[in-house]
Amino acid sequence: MTPSSINWFKFAAPARFYPLAGRLWPWFAAIGTLLGLVGLWISFFVAPTDFQQGEGYRIIFIHVPASWMSMFIYCVMAFYALLGVTFNTRLAGMMSSALAPTGALFAFLSLWTGALWGKPMWGTWWVWDARLTSELILFFLYVGYIALTAAIDDPRRADKAGFIVSLVGVVNVPVIYFSVKWWNTLHQGASVSLTKAPSMATTMLLGMLIMALAFWAYTIAMALYRVRAIILERERNATWVAELPEMKS
Amino acid sequence: MKARQKRFAIVIGGLAALGIAAALILNAFQSNLVFFFTPTQVAAGEAPKGRAFRVGGLVKEGSLQRNDITARFIVTDTAQEIQVAYTGILPDLFSEGKGVVAQGTLSPDGQFTASEVLAKHDENYMPPEAQAAVDKAHEASRSLQQ
Amino acid sequence: MNWGSTSDFLAMGGYGLYVWGSFGVTAAALLVEVILVRQRLRNTRRALRREISANRNSQD
Repeated sequence: MTPSSINWFKFAAPARFYPLAGRLWPWFAAIGTLLGLVGLWISFFVAPTDFQQGEGYRIIFIHVPASWMSMFIYCVMAFYALLGVTFNTRLAGMMSSALAPTGALFAFLSLWTGALWGKPMWGTWWVWDARLTSELILFFLYVGYIALTAAIDDPRRADKAGFIVSLVGVVNVPVIYFSVKWWNTLHQGASVSLTKAPSMATTMLLGMLIMALAFWAYTIAMALYRVRAIILERERNATWVAELPEMKS
Repeated sequence: MKARQKRFAIVIGGLAALGIAAALILNAFQSNLVFFFTPTQVAAGEAPKGRAFRVGGLVKEGSLQRNDITARFIVTDTAQEIQVAYTGILPDLFSEGKGVVAQGTLSPDGQFTASEVLAKHDENYMPPEAQAAVDKAHEASRSLQQ
Repeated sequence: MNWGSTSDFLAMGGYGLYVWGSFGVTAAALLVEVILVRQRLRNTRRALRREISANRNSQD
């Protein structure tokens, strides 16, 4: 190891990560709030009316970012599962379970806003097409992960069970993403992708990207916030917990 | 409730959730991955016979006729066409030249009677002025080619 | 600016129910999540404080 490199595993110790998370989360919360306000302002006051959908299209400013986050968070959980399985760090399981509820929330919001968008535009709240069905499966994967890890008392074993759900379920993420290309779906193709120029007016695109960044910062803030509670719950008998300033009453 | 019972209930709940997910996957793989058939597929006899299915394509320009509450229009994929009749309220985005998915049954004479009509829109979002400019450019290039 | 008046803004061109239903539920859901996690952290700290002070007293 070169002298300049940082030993990241040092921060993976819960005793180190607890204060670090405490210092970091307010920053991400502030960034998320700020970006969220800018994003909302663009969503309603800068972005123009759509030529087909009128004002109804404005649901896109939460629907697409929420859907992106629901897929992205599952990938991050799978990444932590890989870290947890490979390096056996305790923090991996804690971060994974700190992310799951927020991921489930975004999957729910994706379905909810999609239903409210589909009703006036398509003429239906819900159809069993490949895109909608695979997103619903993602929601059930989050719920399954949460229920399974909550059911097992030994945290280390709960983590291992959760890792399996994350690693198996992550197969569903590319299925969601490519569903509109692979099969005939009612859901339209992607407006924004890496392979072609976005098919949206610039201010609309800007609003959507800023909302996505806001959700991203919110997710980091929530994960760091929640992992502090998880660390305390699991390390309750450790001496470092008893020595924390907030434990001296 | 004892801790053991609670644990049992949660395990059952978790298994039920995973079971539902698996059932949905299987269901999707069986029939619903093909959400709709194109008129070309229907002409080739790929659509299921004797039961309801969905047909998708574009509403042919100038084909929409309404009398009372029954709408008649032609669904086309530019290669093949299907006559569709539908009684009911059409979605906001339904219009000629735009995407549509209709669910219903095909009679032997090739007439498709729809019980549900959904609008399928594209992934383009832009202000009306920009759309007008795009239409104008199309018009110009078309007149140049002629 | 797209809106002539507040009622225009609320109507969202006839899609008010759908647009505000989406934004409203999203805002409420995020807020509820923050409150729940805050409570969880507080409750955990309170329980731990009690445990730790009980341990100290029993050792004295």
